[in-house]
Amino acid sequence: MRLFFATLALWACATLAWAEINIKEVKTPGGFTAWLVEEPSIPFAAIELYFQGGASLDAPEKRGAISLMTSLLEEGSGELDARQFAEARDGLAASFGYSVGGDGLTVTARFLSENRDEAIELLRDTLIAPRFDQDAVERVRQQLLSNIRSDAKDPRSLASQAFNEIAFGAHPYGSSADGTEASVTALTRDDLIAAHRATLVRDRVVIGAVGDLDSETLGQIIDHLLGDLPLAQTPLPEKITPNLRGGTTIVPFETPQSVAIFGHAGIERDHPQFFEAYLLNYILGGGGFESRLTQEVRVKRGLTYGVYAYLSPRDYAATYIGSVSSANDRIAEAIDVIKDEWRNIAENGITQEELDDAKLYLTGAYPLRFDGNANIASILAGMQAQGLPIDYIAGRNDKVNAVTLEGANAVAKWLYQPENLRFVVVGTPEGIETTD
Amino acid sequence: MRRSFLAALFFAAAPTLSWANDLVTSFTLDNGMDVIVVEDHRAPVVQHMVWYRVGSADEPPGQSGVAHFLEHLMFKATDTLASGEFSAIVSANGGQDNAFTSYDYTAYFQRVAADRLGLMMQMEADRMQNLRLTEEEIIAERGVVLEERNQRTENNPRALFNEQMNAAQYLNHHYGIPIVGWKHEIEQLGMDEVMGFYERFYAPNNAILVVSGDVTPAQVRALASQHYGPIPANPDIKPRAHSPEPPQIAERRVLLDDPRVATPYVARSYLAPERNPGDQRKPAALLLLAELLGGGTTSYMSEKLQFEEQIAVYSGAFYRGTSLDATSFDVVIVPRPDVTLEDAEAAMDKVLQGFIAEGVDLDALKRIKMQVRASEIYARDAVDGIAQRYGQALTSGLTVEDVQAWPALLQEITPEEIIAAAKDIFQDKKSVTGHLMKAEAAQ
Repeated sequence: MRLFFATLALWACATLAWAEINIKEVKTPGGFTAWLVEEPSIPFAAIELYFQGGASLDAPEKRGAISLMTSLLEEGSGELDARQFAEARDGLAASFGYSVGGDGLTVTARFLSENRDEAIELLRDTLIAPRFDQDAVERVRQQLLSNIRSDAKDPRSLASQAFNEIAFGAHPYGSSADGTEASVTALTRDDLIAAHRATLVRDRVVIGAVGDLDSETLGQIIDHLLGDLPLAQTPLPEKITPNLRGGTTIVPFETPQSVAIFGHAGIERDHPQFFEAYLLNYILGGGGFESRLTQEVRVKRGLTYGVYAYLSPRDYAATYIGSVSSANDRIAEAIDVIKDEWRNIAENGITQEELDDAKLYLTGAYPLRFDGNANIASILAGMQAQGLPIDYIAGRNDKVNAVTLEGANAVAKWLYQPENLRFVVVGTPEGIETTD
Repeated sequence: MRRSFLAALFFAAAPTLSWANDLVTSFTLDNGMDVIVVEDHRAPVVQHMVWYRVGSADEPPGQSGVAHFLEHLMFKATDTLASGEFSAIVSANGGQDNAFTSYDYTAYFQRVAADRLGLMMQMEADRMQNLRLTEEEIIAERGVVLEERNQRTENNPRALFNEQMNAAQYLNHHYGIPIVGWKHEIEQLGMDEVMGFYERFYAPNNAILVVSGDVTPAQVRALASQHYGPIPANPDIKPRAHSPEPPQIAERRVLLDDPRVATPYVARSYLAPERNPGDQRKPAALLLLAELLGGGTTSYMSEKLQFEEQIAVYSGAFYRGTSLDATSFDVVIVPRPDVTLEDAEAAMDKVLQGFIAEGVDLDALKRIKMQVRASEIYARDAVDGIAQRYGQALTSGLTVEDVQAWPALLQEITPEEIIAAAKDIFQDKKSVTGHLMKAEAAQ
């Protein structure tokens, strides 16, 4: 279920009654810009903060420092130790979330109007004044090490780590943001303080807010939350071209079902033909049951429970990635079918009927994504992180509808590179071998 | 896709508590189909769900997995729709659709623009009675289901362990059999089993329509009467009766080792009473017990095992009270690598007894009740979640009144009731204890 929905989220980039989503740009006295949708009908609000850079800012030899630091933000701050903080948060029925990836560190907050000031005060301390108490560091370090060991025995994690290492090598995208057992074991409190200094900075943050807030109140909240953060010092990573050439890499692992990840270079989010590529992918490998991959691999042949592909335009590299899992004696056939489909769409493109169906789905599904304050706050932050204009939502479906069959098929000829498709397979697959 | 295991895996999130009674309307069609409407007019979107009062626990002997297999096959042809056309039409209308199966229910849903609700009902009513399958589709889809079992269970030692724990917990009740089915029985499922199950259980008087979003009860009544109303009730639908568990008189143990285990842990389950109509007080106490004992950073287990003694990487307690028949109360401890599972189990026993001896922390109880109250506010922002709650409750034998009484009941529960529930539930002779181990440690 999770896999399927992870893909859904990618294609259903969407708005509601876009006419009714009224985004205000709030310029705070302290110099921050935030996007706000006022929704006073329910007495709570959701805020999302997104700090660009994320775990890719890890210092050399300190892999995992930003991941561990992120987990420790809710483990003691200001005057409160970890337990006191959790008790205070639960007593307000507020919830805060902290997560980090290769492009950014995300902070989410949900709090009631009736105790908003106290909730913001707690949240502020987690951002400005995390304590990194030694006992908390050791406790959370053990949790992270446990996750690292679990990933080392999980076929899907193994596949994605092997694929990323091939594609990105020494670039931060080439290794897990969680680090290794050795790197995490060696981290010191000073490393965590440095990781915090590198990542939570006032000039690399975007802000989305939705709920029972007005512009003035949000401005005060943001200045208070973020005003005391420092300016960025650590440079962002360089862009990288993924090193993906055609072939197969087998990672031997004793388990009944092989997990494959495949892909090659992709397309940037701001490329003028991005929407052509987006529609093409929906038709080939999007999450719907109508996708060619699902029809051919799952529905007709029963070879898998899930096969999909998605465009992955990240900040420092664009890739086109897919995944399938099948029993060890069936994965070879599944991979053959996928290769055939990749060649077929590159050579023959798509049909007018497929394009029309894709447009109907993508434009109709766009509004469904705008459900709930937290989801909308996340979309607002994501739009800013991608550099999209504040009026993007109203015009988004026009961009989908503007794609022509000729335009899409011209893009298909260079987007799909069957000769460069790299497969990484974890398991004990039959009938396929490592090629290089 | 098609189907999510709503069964409680140990690392699943703790239950969310949310109610907002004033948004909800209920009525029943003449053919016995129950209807729930949850209103939210902020966005022109609806979710349309049909919940059947049938799940894996209703399967005939030897046919485990047939409820879930049928759920997959419900997306094939009817008299008027070609195979796959159901989902294609939903997509062409900008909607999303899926389905899921659990022990006590099977549900189908679509999220779509509010003005397409009638079309969704028309198609859902059609496949309630007009499913047409071919042998080829059954063979291909059986491969899909076997790969689903591979992906979710065979490839995951924690899922295999949960399956074994569950099988040990239920000696007599069908809850001991996995929802997806045992592999060797899935392999034998064919047309007769699937259609027999379909014809026996899929009928309006065995279904609940749950619509949430931008729609009024009057609109739902009119559309439902038009589309579902003409389907005759099935007179052979009987009250559900499963083989109950005998009293448990012996402690049971499950030891599983697997080379793919990275993090060994100890789990325990106790047979526990479920919510019943007009009788939810003890389950309410058990839910609060699970929260107090193992519901997060501020819980008793976390305090003792992660903060004070620092022997656990993770600990938790879980209770899933919405169930047709006897459910379980589960406790798990993931120890640090330098702590043995035997020591972790001893720590588990000590912490459960310690909780009873020390009594309820009144500040902790107050915080949990505050969160229960707040969840009613947050729930208004996610009415599909409220819809889910009614669907689960009504297919588990509860009534609308039970669902609406629940939040107030939680506020009423006293510390004494929670301790009494703990004493009643934590008895060795009523437990299953499991160790999930790395294979080499067992040699």
